[in-house]
Amino acid sequence: MSDTLTYVYAVARDVDPAAVAGLEGLGGRPVRTVEHRGVTAVVSDADRAEFQERALEERLEDLEWLAATARAHHHVVDTLGRDHLVAPLGLATVYFDDERVRAVLEESAETFSAVLDRLDGRAEWGLKVYARKGRPDATEAEAEKPRSGADYLRRRRKALREGDTTLEDARRAAGEVDAAASALAAATRSHRLQDAQLSGQSDPMVLNQAYLLPVERADELRALVASYQDHPKMRVELTGPWVPYSFAAATEGSAS
Amino acid sequence: MSDPVRWTGQMPSAPNQAGGRQPAAQGGGGDGTNLADILERVLDKGIVIAGDVQINLLDIELLTIKLRLIVASVDRAKEMGIDWWERDPTLSSGHSELEQENRRLRERLEALEGRNGQAALEGDDDPDEVEVEDEDAELVDAEIVDDTEEPEPQPARRPKQTAQQGGGGKAAPRRRRKAEE
Repeated sequence: MSDTLTYVYAVARDVDPAAVAGLEGLGGRPVRTVEHRGVTAVVSDADRAEFQERALEERLEDLEWLAATARAHHHVVDTLGRDHLVAPLGLATVYFDDERVRAVLEESAETFSAVLDRLDGRAEWGLKVYARKGRPDATEAEAEKPRSGADYLRRRRKALREGDTTLEDARRAAGEVDAAASALAAATRSHRLQDAQLSGQSDPMVLNQAYLLPVERADELRALVASYQDHPKMRVELTGPWVPYSFAAATEGSAS
Repeated sequence: MSDPVRWTGQMPSAPNQAGGRQPAAQGGGGDGTNLADILERVLDKGIVIAGDVQINLLDIELLTIKLRLIVASVDRAKEMGIDWWERDPTLSSGHSELEQENRRLRERLEALEGRNGQAALEGDDDPDEVEVEDEDAELVDAEIVDDTEEPEPQPARRPKQTAQQGGGGKAAPRRRRKAEE
């Protein structure tokens, strides 16, 4: 039994093995390709001790490890995706050896081809929208203490009411951008709204979308989002282009 | 592991709204990309096929919960402005007494005012406060609908406040409702 496993980052088309020369994967390990029937698996070795079942379960709970692994995974996918057609695999898809990878390419050749066809000439863009808060509650409360209990209650009420309408307004505005962006896109997916813990933003997120966009429409989307830049009720944040992670699910129906 | 990737670049500013000093994480594909954006893609998306090693990926939602636990990690917490230990006299000495006293006084003040406010409304004998109620009565009803028993049709009201926005606001509406009854 070898002490390494084969970690698969993505499947791709038309990848010259030379294209991955110098590319580093997990733990700085060199990335290489396994080709079979016109589909290329982008792989590297992975430490068996690290990736065997029990160890992996524990590792996945270790956020440092998870972060490093996710970044390494993304680095390979993203680097190669700049000039290749790439469909990323989910994190931590590992096989015993390259032969097993070849077998999987054989088994799933049609699925992979279908996914790659769908992603061809398209990139993913992420749009996150946050409600723009007027005044942060904390600052206001610090600034001037309520004169009385009633004053305190009135302020709380006002703060809550403003918070509610702020969110409503932001959602409505976000719906507007989303509709316009979706009209440009070949497909749209909703990601879960990120908790403030995850987003690192104190403003509440009201929209977290991914658009699969023909590459030539990128400027249109950028311009669209830019036109909402100074919106009083919401803050828009566009990320991309991404390798189309959110549209690579093998089971996906016809994207409209 | 040679890759010196750390969470710090992406870590949230604070568990509640107190922070907000984190610049917007920007960028798309590049390596400077927001980790949360990467995680929601590599964990929840991509082609999912069975590998030879059975794995159970952490759902992005579970991950959020775990993140709360990390906040407890000291060096991170400090970066996020959580630095209570610096004001705890058993952990640090010197400059902290005044701050402590201030905090105690502030807490007492808030406690007292909270109680008075409620009492005043229940008593309902101050013309000033009655006026406040008139002004805002309708809106108060709308706001407390989350846990009230008579739903009233209010267009475009949000069904339920989620945890992330609920923040400190939860206790207050309840108290107010009681005060009105």
